[in-house]
Amino acid sequence: MMTSRIKEQKTASNLPARHRAERIWNGGLILSTLLGVLFLVLLLVKIVNDSFGYMVTEYGVSPNAMAVNGVPVWDLPKEDQVLFLQENISPGRFKKLMKENALLDRSQKEIEALIMQEIAEPKVAQTWTLSQSIFQRSEIQTTASQDYPQGELSFKAWLNWDFITSPQSSDPLSAGIRTAIMGSLFLIAVAVLFSLPVGLGAAIYFEEFAVDNWLNRLLKTNINNLAGVPSIIYGILGLAIFVRLWEPVTSGAILSGVDAVSLNGRTILSGGLTLGLLVLPIVIINSQEALRGVPYTIREASYGVGATKWQTVWSHVLPNAIPGIMTGAILAISRAFGETAPLVVIGASTYIVYDPASIFSKFTALPIQIYQWTSRPQDEFRNLAAASILVLLVLLLGMNTLAIYLRNRYRRTY
Amino acid sequence: MTDHIQSPALLLRSKKISRAKHSRRPGEAVIIALLFLCGLFSILVTVAIIYELTKEALLFFADPNVTLWGFLTGLQWQPKINQFGVVPLVTATLVTSAIAMVVAIPLGLMVAIYLSEYASQKVRGTVKPVMEILAGIPTVVYGFFALTFITPLLRGAFGSDTVQIYNMASAGLAMGILILPLIASMSEDALSAVPRTLREAGYSLGSTKIEVALKVVVPAAFSGISAACLLGISRAIGETMIVALAAGAGPNLTLNPFESAETMTGYMVRISGGDLSYDSMDYNSIFAIGLLLFVITFILNQISRLVVHHFREAYE
Repeated sequence: MMTSRIKEQKTASNLPARHRAERIWNGGLILSTLLGVLFLVLLLVKIVNDSFGYMVTEYGVSPNAMAVNGVPVWDLPKEDQVLFLQENISPGRFKKLMKENALLDRSQKEIEALIMQEIAEPKVAQTWTLSQSIFQRSEIQTTASQDYPQGELSFKAWLNWDFITSPQSSDPLSAGIRTAIMGSLFLIAVAVLFSLPVGLGAAIYFEEFAVDNWLNRLLKTNINNLAGVPSIIYGILGLAIFVRLWEPVTSGAILSGVDAVSLNGRTILSGGLTLGLLVLPIVIINSQEALRGVPYTIREASYGVGATKWQTVWSHVLPNAIPGIMTGAILAISRAFGETAPLVVIGASTYIVYDPASIFSKFTALPIQIYQWTSRPQDEFRNLAAASILVLLVLLLGMNTLAIYLRNRYRRTY
Repeated sequence: MTDHIQSPALLLRSKKISRAKHSRRPGEAVIIALLFLCGLFSILVTVAIIYELTKEALLFFADPNVTLWGFLTGLQWQPKINQFGVVPLVTATLVTSAIAMVVAIPLGLMVAIYLSEYASQKVRGTVKPVMEILAGIPTVVYGFFALTFITPLLRGAFGSDTVQIYNMASAGLAMGILILPLIASMSEDALSAVPRTLREAGYSLGSTKIEVALKVVVPAAFSGISAACLLGISRAIGETMIVALAAGAGPNLTLNPFESAETMTGYMVRISGGDLSYDSMDYNSIFAIGLLLFVITFILNQISRLVVHHFREAYE
């Protein structure tokens, strides 16, 4: 009697403390979750913030001062602009430009761009972020006029159409990511063409044909192990096998018959195959999941009308599993799209001005470009990196949305 | 009407089928063989990884200046003066990974507990995609974030004299954010798998919600949660682009997170980024370090798998 009352009192007395603990924990849990969401918001805000903003440019020759007989050069017809260009750059440089493409054949816009680049020579002196540009506008204006009296303050959207469609350049004002995007697309194409058939084949084997013996168990465990191998390991594997050992193949020497000395294996083919190996476990695991989702009754119905095992798989299981397989493939693609380390290791070139012509071309890729620009100390390259990250994220988001859409659109309930 | 015309044909076909049954379809065996080869290919990849890493690493150890013992215990990594001690690189890897785990494990677990025990369907529907997006962002983007956002933040908070431009803390923190969703979603799966009856038993004894969560559900899901943490560590050790961008170039034996130091993966990226000539000491060294990295992550992944298999509490 006595003891139970004491116990009761004890329980009653620690109740407020326990409830307090409940409230504190509850607050802590919500806070952590909000923190997780906050990280994403911060990341996105930071990237957008760096992709737009004021910048000061200083010119070798001010574009407003360029005039022929008092007429601003920008109002002249194309022929006179070419003449102006010829008079103001070295003959050697002019010859080189002519060699690339006869100047008179170029459009007026291209000539004006050349005049800007060759004669005006704009240099980015300082850049500001979007938030600074909005909230500290007057300070920026005074700094700009004090520190750079010759400079021109303008609002720059680092992410713009020219940025997406221009090739790579060492000049931050005209640099673009077209070659990088093209490189990424080529890489993905090779990776998918290689990993999708092999991965799907493996998944079909494991799910539909493999009997439970030690070999098949080993193979299945191995897939999970491969999925856990760090991506840089795939990079050095690609370096040793595709770039070095298979150089005659990956450099295209076998096909073109060109002497292999001038070529090397650091090509799109090597990069794509490396990425293909990297995403292979993802493709296999996702396809297995999709095949497993097809109910057994469908298979039995097919066997019931006398179909063989392969006929069943080909005509009944696969068509039902296609949406799941597609979703998995898209997720694999988005993984491959953002992979950087393996490409750096197999030696993606960073300065590529021309679009890749074939799978035997040297290449750069969007994440490589971001890595390269981020590691430069100058602010304007950080702005370029932010703008390319924005492009990358939009592409990835698009792919993931497509994957989710496919999953929901074609999801069947049995 | 058509029935009359078709019936002989049908008869014929059924005869064919019965004959086909005996002779089997020879094409089918070929297809199955091809599928088996696809399955076998994955083991080929593993063999290739182990073979190549070992082969080149053996070339590295064949150099008179290198011994296995010196490699594993040497405190200096200076290939130019023939000092090949991997300890500084490993230390930097451990420091950045430890910082990442200090961020990712508590936060990830808290998020997981919140999502599985507290959150309404609606909240879960918003937070889970956010986590998936965080997990899907390429690591080079986190590297950019570390270098241009976290580093200035740290330098502002602790002074730019204490915090170097490239430092391990910034890389570690970014890595923590990267790994948070991995731990959160795996742990959440483990927590959700704990049957409702266990929770209800807890409530019927008068426990509060958090008491049930911490003293009943978390212990019941312990195997899944520890597997998630081990995978997170393995992921942190193998992570490359964040440390390559934010942790600095150049090996440095230090435990101070505000100093710059190169990790194993950071070294591999820096060395192979240039034009690397085959069979040079630099070339061989990345394979030796790669082998070490592979072994470490492999062991961690195996332990993680064993933990799930052997310590799983089976219900029903």
